[in-house]
Order: sequence, then C-alpha cells, then structure tokens
Amino acid sequence: MFRWFNSDKGSAVERFVQRDALKPIELLPWILAIAAYYVFPSYLPLGSQILLTILFAISLDLALGYAGIITLGHAAFFGAGAYAAGLYALHVTGEPLSGLVVAGLAGGILGFLSGLVILRTSGLTLIMLTLAVLLLVQEFANRARPITGGADGLSGISMKPIFGQFRFDLFGHTAYWYCLIVLFFVWLFALLLVRSPFGRALTGVRENVTRMHAIGAPVRRRLVTVYTISAVLAGIAGGLLAQTSQFVGLATLGFERSGEIVIMLVLGGIGRIYGAFVGVVIFMIAQDTFAKADPAFWSFWVGLMLVLIVLFARGGALGVVDQALRWVRKVRR
Amino acid sequence: MKFARFAALTLAAVLLPLAGASAQTVKIGFITSYTGQNASVGAMMDQAVKLWMKEHTKHLPAGVKVEIINRDDTGPNPEVAKRLATELVTRDKVDFLAGVIWTPNAAAIAPIAAEAKVPFVIMNAGTSGIIPSGGAPYVTRVSFTLWQSSLPLGQWAAKNNLKKVYSLVSDFGPGIDAETAFKKGFTDGGGTVVESVRMPLATQDFAPFFQKVKDAKPDAAFVFIPAGVQATGVMKAYQDLGLAQAGIKLIGPGDITTDEELINMGDASVGATTMFHYSAAAKRPANEAFIKSWKAEYGSNSTPAFPAVATWDGMAAIFDAIKAQNGKMDNAKSAAFLKTWKTDNSPRGPISVDPETGDIVQNEYLRRVERVNGVLSNVELETFATAVKDPWKILNPKK
Repeated sequence: MFRWFNSDKGSAVERFVQRDALKPIELLPWILAIAAYYVFPSYLPLGSQILLTILFAISLDLALGYAGIITLGHAAFFGAGAYAAGLYALHVTGEPLSGLVVAGLAGGILGFLSGLVILRTSGLTLIMLTLAVLLLVQEFANRARPITGGADGLSGISMKPIFGQFRFDLFGHTAYWYCLIVLFFVWLFALLLVRSPFGRALTGVRENVTRMHAIGAPVRRRLVTVYTISAVLAGIAGGLLAQTSQFVGLATLGFERSGEIVIMLVLGGIGRIYGAFVGVVIFMIAQDTFAKADPAFWSFWVGLMLVLIVLFARGGALGVVDQALRWVRKVRR
Repeated sequence: MKFARFAALTLAAVLLPLAGASAQTVKIGFITSYTGQNASVGAMMDQAVKLWMKEHTKHLPAGVKVEIINRDDTGPNPEVAKRLATELVTRDKVDFLAGVIWTPNAAAIAPIAAEAKVPFVIMNAGTSGIIPSGGAPYVTRVSFTLWQSSLPLGQWAAKNNLKKVYSLVSDFGPGIDAETAFKKGFTDGGGTVVESVRMPLATQDFAPFFQKVKDAKPDAAFVFIPAGVQATGVMKAYQDLGLAQAGIKLIGPGDITTDEELINMGDASVGATTMFHYSAAAKRPANEAFIKSWKAEYGSNSTPAFPAVATWDGMAAIFDAIKAQNGKMDNAKSAAFLKTWKTDNSPRGPISVDPETGDIVQNEYLRRVERVNGVLSNVELETFATAVKDPWKILNPKK
C-alpha cells in the first residue's frame, strides 16, 4: 500500500493497483502539524483542540462521507467517550491510554446498539433518529447528576503521566503530542479502511443502495459495522478532550457540537478523509480569531464566512482545489 | 556647578520620557459570556468594565496603563473557559484573570490560576464550593454566594408566618446551594419545605413547574434561576397561572427580581420578596453616584444589576492592587493584597474579602418589589444581616 512515487506512466492495470499508494503530499498535514508545534508554541491548547476535532471529523467522514449515513447526532458518541474517560479517570485510574480504550468502547457500544435500531431507516427519518439518540443521551447525562455531575459537569479529573513519563503540563506540550500521535494512528486506520474492499462496498451503498442489494451485499450489516467503527473513533476523540481539558460537561453532548462538526466536514469536503483536516483547521482558526477580535459579535462573522463558502465553494475547500487543478491541467493541454 | 546642574537637568529631561515610555502595562484577562445562555449578563459586566476604565484610568499611578483582554466563554462551557484562561496566562501573560458568570467555568479556571500563580477575581459565579473552606490559592471572589442570601431568607420566612414552602431551583451548583441553604434556615426555624424540585438549567417555559406549585397550595414558592432573561420567564409563569391570586407568595435570592429585567416583568413582580446584597434602588450615596454615571453612559432605560456591581467592585480591588504596588506587579503580592481587600465605598455598602478564604463578606438586605415613581424597584426594607461570611464554609469547615 505504501508507494512513495506514483508515476503517471504505465499500464491502466498498474495505475489501478497504484491508486491507493500513499502519495508524498499526504504527509503534508503531519509536517505542518509538527512545524506548528515549533512555530506557535503559545497556541498549543488550541492546537490540541484542533487535532482532536480533526479526529472527530474523520470519524464522521467514515459514516457521512463514505457510507452516506446522514447524522446530526454524532456528538452522542463523542460525549459518551468523554464521560467514560472522565469517569474512568475519576474512579478507576488516571492512566491515559487505557482511558482512551474505555472511551472508544463506550462510544462503540452506544454506536452499535443505536445503529442496530436506527439504521433500518434512511433519509429524513434517519436524521431525526440520530438527533433523538443524541437528545436521549444528553438528557440522561443531565439527569444522572450523582454519576455525571449534571449541568455542573465532571471536575477534579487528574491524569497520570503518559507511560509514567510525560506529565500533562499547563502549556499543553504533552497534550499536543498525545493528540497528534493518536490522530496519526487513527488516520492510518481510516485510510486502510476506506481503501479496503469493505470501504469500497460502503461507497457502493452510498451511491446505489438498490444495486448493492441486488448483487447480494449485506447492506445493513455493513452500515452497522461502519457506524460502530465511526462511533469508536468519535468516543476516542471525546476521551482525548476529557483527558486534555480534565473536565467533562454537557456541552460535549450538545447539538451544537454535532452540527458544527458536520459544518466543518462539509467545509473541508466530505468523503475524502483530508476534508476533515482542512475544514476543521479553517473553521476553528477562523472562530478563534473572530472570537478574540470581536468577543461580542464573532458568531456573525463565522456565519458570514460559512454562507460565502456554501455559495461559492460547494465541494468544500478541497473541492475548490480539485477544480483549480483540473483547470490547470486543461490549460496545459 | 552650573554645568553640573545643566547636565542633571538634561539627563532628567531625557530620562523622564524614557521612564514614561517604559511604562508598566498591567494586563487583565476578562472572561465572560458574550454569547450563549445569559449573554445579556455578559454584556452588562462588559459595560461595567468599560465604565470603570473610563472613570478611573486617570487615578492610576503615573506611567501605568491597564489593558483589558476580553474573551467569550460562550456560556456554561468549562472546557472553553479553561482553554481561554490557559491561553491568557501562557500567551498573553496577564497579571489578573477576572470575570466569569458560570460556576462550572469558574471551577475550571481556579486550578489554572493556582498552577500559573495568577490572581483570579471571580465577579459573578456564586456556588460556595468553588472556593473551599480553607480558601483556594490565588482565587478571590467579590460577588456573592447563594448561601449568603438563601440561608437568611429561610430564617426570615420561618419568622414571618410562612409555614409551607415549595422550592423550585435550576438544576446546577448554585441552584442546589440555594435549595439546601434555604431549607436549612427555614426548617431550623420550624418551617416545612413541602417539595424540592430541580428544573433543567436551560428551561425556557416555567409554566409546567408553576402549575405543580399551584396544585400543592404552599404559602410561598422559593425560586432560584440564574439571573437574566430567565427571571422574566419565571415571573411570566407566576403571573399567567395566577399564583399571586391563589395566595402563593414569591420569594428567593435577588436573582429572580434582577434589577435590569424588572422593566420587562410588569406588575406581577410587585410584592416579590427577596434577600440579596445589592439593589439598584438602594439609597446609599455610593450607589446613587454609580447609578447616575451608569445611566449617563448607557441611557435611562439601562439599569445595572448585581453582576455589574460585582464587576465594578472587582475592578476597584484590582486597581487598588495595582496602586499598592505602583504598577510593578508581582502575582503573589497581588493575590495576598486581594485577600485582605475591603472598601466602604461599594454601591452595595461596606464589603470586604475574608482573608482566610478569599470569599466576599457583605450585608444582606431584605427587599420587596414596589412601584416607586412609576418604576418597578427592589426596595430595601431592612439590613437583615451585616458582614455575612459564606455560611457554607462555617457549616462545612472541612470541605
């Protein structure tokens, strides 16, 4: 799978075999992320938030972009992971890596159970049901004050150093590397997944579900599987938030978080993994900049930016890049 | 000799502006909710800061400047508040953290203040436990605690022929404090709390809750919601369901008749009895001067309520700390100074910070909403208790 150079020459078969080879440009996000650590040392807390949100967006991309499961309730899994990691750190141990496993499990179990029920439907009904699942989980967390702290949230979480070596410091150095490394492995996993036969089958389901039924593909099983995987990853993202901010509140289960992550993904471009990177970075940096320049009316500027992007760049930021590249090639010929 | 004098004067002429140029800039990181739930309270706190800066910048020691860095925590979102506070101390290197409406946000910021050793002045959030009984390093609160108002209110209610009270509070830290404190004061005095209901924090429509109150036929409803537009929602439900006509009084901490919302509440609010540390209608000279300059700045329909006053006093405390050190800020000294700060000149009367805990000590006034010259006001009937320390810390010395 890892071929560093992707030649344009060669037979059609060769090109087909090589289409999944890792291109050098795919390393660019990692180079930038490492560079950002050295160039913007005072922005690391925001940096870790961006990294874990990218992870969350990748998880959504698997469900929404690749399998076509339109959801407004993805924060349910994010929040489940966050609460699981928070409770685990409070009551069991503050060891971070096992905490992430617990967070992923919590997201995954919720994803599997709710997926079994709601993925029987599609379209508007499905959107409503994803939202309903989110609201149920949110209200449960709100009501279960003895466990979750209700509207006050879970506080007093203290994390142990990673591998007993790297303490979570005030400046966010450890948190940044921690998020970056977790994101790297999730990215590798997501690439393998979408470029596997299973991933191709998902695209088939998205593009023509009737035909997939006709050729005998187990459509619903595929959907539940990818939904569960996606929920596991969302849970891990939530776990990262709980561990790095050492606080879990109801906002992790908020409808706003669900909506914003869809916006960020659409902003970058769906169904291409890298849309998650581009969209999250654009949205969160813009939001942070606007909020600091104009704390009272920043949401207006963010809204305006989104309207303009929806009007003029429908395929998201990467869609625009694609169009530009196509145009350049045309001109060269 | 002459030359020496000339040289000295020249040197002074050159150095003086230099001293001015190398002026101390003191940075205050001000975090509040400009958007989200209770954005109106955030805007009011922001107005208080701006008015304070306008009137008092000139009283700073020569060459000292104060810079306010505003940040929006977007409502009760502790992880956002925590990140903003971290950035303010690590990137902007602020000398003070200040503001904060919401309890969970303040609770998330307090450990940052301790770890970074930056003094943190809480200007609203009122849950007692944010500052534990032994105090929290680098944290000072200049606002209030719910225990300060609700415990005396319970004692007052028991003495004033209220036998059965129905308690209705928002389901989060301050609400639970209010409920517990009122119950303690009321039942110790012989009253009975017939039912304690906690409403979701984001409740908009209070009618279903007040219908249940009406059915229970208590003597009074004790209500707490975070001040702001929700207070008007409470009053609307109280009026629409005719609780006043049914003989059910409305009592609570001053949040339910918060001064800036009275104008929207109408006559339903007349007679509501509250215990609180501040009323915009108070007759103290310091308050009248404060109200006058507020209305001159923001218009006659704008009324500052308790969050504005706490912000105002918090700014006063910070300015005093700056003056005490002549602008050469040392965080440990600032924090120590704030913990012994006091003034007789607050719009709410004499106030001080309890040096043992860093929490506010102030008077509690019994008030009733009345029309004064056609304007609904929280009229102070009596100073119910003076120099009240946070009762929760006295009752829970080990927490």
